[in-house]
Amino acid sequence: MHGVLTKQTANAIEVKGLTKRFGGFTAVDKISFDVRDGEIFGLLGPNGAGKTTTISMLSTIISQTSGSAHIYGHDAFTEKDAVRASIGIVFQDPSLDDELTGRENLDLHGRLYGMPDRERKEVIGKVLRLVELEDKAGAQVKGYSGGMKRRLEIARGFMHKPKVLFLDEPTIGLDPQTRRRLWDYIHDLNRKEHVTIILTTHYMEEADALCDRIAIIDHGKIIKLDTPDRLKDSLGGDLVRLGVEKRGRARLIASIRKAKISKRIRETDEGIDITVANGGRSLPGIMDAAKATKVHVDYATVKRPTLEDVFINLTGKQIREEAGAAGGLRGLMLRRR
Amino acid sequence: MMGSITGTIYALWLREVTRFLRSKARVLGAGGSPLLWLATFGVGIGSLITISKGTSYLDFIAPGIVGMTLLFSSIFAGVNVIWDKQFGFMKEMLVAPVPRAGIVLGKIAGSTTVSMISALVILVLVIAVGIIPLSQVTAIGVVLAIIMMLMISASFVSLGLIIASLINNIEGFQVIINFLILPVFFLSGALFPMNNVPLWLRGIAAIDPLQYGVDGMRGALIGISTYPVYMDLGIMLAIMAALVLIADIMFRRMQAK
Ligand SMILES: Nc1ncnc2c1ncn2[C@@H]1O[C@H](COP(=O)(O)OP(=O)(O)O)[C@@H](O)[C@H]1O
Ligand SMILES: [Mg+2]
Repeated sequence: MHGVLTKQTANAIEVKGLTKRFGGFTAVDKISFDVRDGEIFGLLGPNGAGKTTTISMLSTIISQTSGSAHIYGHDAFTEKDAVRASIGIVFQDPSLDDELTGRENLDLHGRLYGMPDRERKEVIGKVLRLVELEDKAGAQVKGYSGGMKRRLEIARGFMHKPKVLFLDEPTIGLDPQTRRRLWDYIHDLNRKEHVTIILTTHYMEEADALCDRIAIIDHGKIIKLDTPDRLKDSLGGDLVRLGVEKRGRARLIASIRKAKISKRIRETDEGIDITVANGGRSLPGIMDAAKATKVHVDYATVKRPTLEDVFINLTGKQIREEAGAAGGLRGLMLRRR
Repeated sequence: MMGSITGTIYALWLREVTRFLRSKARVLGAGGSPLLWLATFGVGIGSLITISKGTSYLDFIAPGIVGMTLLFSSIFAGVNVIWDKQFGFMKEMLVAPVPRAGIVLGKIAGSTTVSMISALVILVLVIAVGIIPLSQVTAIGVVLAIIMMLMISASFVSLGLIIASLINNIEGFQVIINFLILPVFFLSGALFPMNNVPLWLRGIAAIDPLQYGVDGMRGALIGISTYPVYMDLGIMLAIMAALVLIADIMFRRMQAK
């Protein structure tokens, strides 16, 4: 009995074979994943990958074509009210009432979520403090900056104490400084308020900085799911890049092979790339090999693989293509107004 | 936590009223144009015709102008729904754990209140400056007229919401409204009595909801009407109920853009 109960509560979200077709076009293609209670789970993928469509299904905004999704045991398609009551959401596109003040937006939200007067006032004060908007709470939202609007939306998304918070591209189009501050709020929410968070992003650094686990999604399919570290480790380790003159390269490669430092060595335009389990530990051995063969090394860099490298390795393309960059810029201009 | 239906209606009502009171242009604009109609049309045409002994043309069209105020301001409530879809606020409402009927009823309650505010101002002015002589007005007449006004407003707000639920852009909405609003206005009998017009025109006018509203108000306020006032009330009630119901159905089917 007890075992059954803990099993049920271990996962915040369970998605099985979830599919969404628009006409003949498959936007989300039989995806399955679980989000654990208390974690920050990321859906990382380029524009058009199907992230927003997935979030829309999980949050009861659109229905599925096939498959199932459960939020804390409630079916997202047949128990909409129960699901709605247990989630909070920050949509990709703005969803505030610009004519109302920040406080009025939160007040309206609290009323829609059935919060009694006193509790509502208390919570509004608390969340405004948390996102540092107390001073601006009495001003109409149309005068807010993009970052302020986003902070207000995050405050609104979690003020009714949802079990799961959905964040769809929470920092799209914001400047790097504002983005970092939002990361702090999101991180604090998860760690201090114990809200399970599922976020989508096409920013590698964002997924890396925030997520406990990441599902990489492309063309509506999840192509890999793991922790950021394990995703990066899957590339086989660090990259040591040496700047070496052309004539020394073959000798150095042979020497490194002989010293059994690595088998994965590649000649590049400027020198050689060596993949090793741990770049810092291997570098002295590599330099010894260079000295022994009397090959001069101009420079050496050690690079941890990034999620970008992981994505390129999996799909053969970069995550931020033209469409992605243009989308980001458009978002920026919209929010700047 | 879940929002109750009354809590939802109140929350959305409060939103509409707050937005209205905050926008000074809307508050002023709502009253200005009907008064202009009264002053120009009422006085201008009024110098040419008499309706009957003891009733001037100005008396006759005053209830019609109140009806016009309600028609115009109510049906444009749909514009707010389209803004909500375009600016994303609709999603905030659609993911809220509230009864779907609460959303549509809250919208109707809010927009009806807002358009009633301007129409009541016109009504009070019309009586205050003596266009409708105070001696003619009875308490029961005023109460009946206000009930009539509420039903006119709720009906056209609902019609606006129904159209808005089908359309995602302001331009499309405006085209449909402009196409609808003038025939509805002219056939309502707001400007001229319908008892003398040819039969075919009366036939078309019979399906104009505003006709019963204006006729009922006129009966209640100045004692002349085509149909008995209780019949106008009954027909308006049926029309309102039908339109509210259809708006509710349309909103349930609507998804955020
Ligand atoms: N309502 C819709 N009708 C038709 N196609 C859609 C609709 N919504 C999304 N799509 C398409 O589905 C794909 C996935 O979109 P989306 O989920 O928004 O991607 P992401 O959020 O990852 O950028 C895109 O190709 C998009 O054009
Ligand atoms: Mg998206």
